Amino acid sequence: MSDSIINLSYNIPANDFTFAGEASSNVKKMLSQLGINPMVIKRAAIAMYEAEINAVIHGGGGIADIQISPEKIFICIKDEGPGIPDVEVAMQEGYSTAPEYIREMGFGAGMGLPNIKRYADELQIDTEVGKGTTVKITININ
Amino acid sequence: MKVNELAQKLDMKILTGNETLFKDITGVYVCDLLSWVMSHAEKGNAWITIHTHLNIVAVALLTEVSCVIIPENLAVEENTIKKAEEEGIVILSSSLSAYELCYRIHELLA
Ligand SMILES: Nc1ncnc2c1ncn2[C@@H]1O[C@H](COP(=O)(O)OP(=O)(O)OP(=O)(O)O)[C@@H](O)[C@H]1O
Ligand SMILES: [Mg+2]
Repeated sequence: MSDSIINLSYNIPANDFTFAGEASSNVKKMLSQLGINPMVIKRAAIAMYEAEINAVIHGGGGIADIQISPEKIFICIKDEGPGIPDVEVAMQEGYSTAPEYIREMGFGAGMGLPNIKRYADELQIDTEVGKGTTVKITININ
Repeated sequence: MKVNELAQKLDMKILTGNETLFKDITGVYVCDLLSWVMSHAEKGNAWITIHTHLNIVAVALLTEVSCVIIPENLAVEENTIKKAEEEGIVILSSSLSAYELCYRIHELLA
């Protein structure tokens, strides 16, 4: 049933807070239009937002690719930034390398990755220092 | 209690001109760490924050809070207000502090 899969793609501009969250907001609207369960939408939207903001703040911008099928929502956020040296450490609540000016905007609580883990049914982080980071999030619809 | 009633009762300024003033307020959430708000604010909460930049709109939208309240008469950027209007998010401004707002809203919702 390949015809029932919706593909969406967004560019995530680097350090541009004007549009940070735009892709997640659009995906949320699309999911609402599809009549998907509000709890599922909320989980997908929050997980995607956190990954999107991380790409903006830490990853130097990137690309978001989303696939919505009747069974699941698949979100892939890819950047070519500095990569994450130790994913296990980065996953800890409260761990953040966000600079001061970013913290002043309310980011940098070190809660983004833990939030993603909490809301995703599956989470895969592929990262290489100096190459970039790809965050893959799967949310089951049923 | 609806957002418009709350605004009126506490003499708050409605910074956004939109028609989503009739959402029900289910409680209050106060926090300035955005990813904390993302995972803890509940749908329908009135969210009190001192941030006034654009990203509060995305957070409000994704958490489905009923309104954003900016305390202590902080100035809100024009582009934040514009974006909020586009997205149907209500931003209220109050002269009260976050603490006073919580206290007063608690009384009103009780
Ligand atoms: N795409 C990325 N590229 C490089 N480093 C990243 C990326 N995503 C996360 N990190 C690293 O992992 C840390 C933890 O990320 P997490 O999202 O949990 O917290 P944060 O972004 O610092 O703060 P918050 O998300 O609470 O605003 C970041 O501070 C950063 O060092
Ligand atoms: Mg983050």
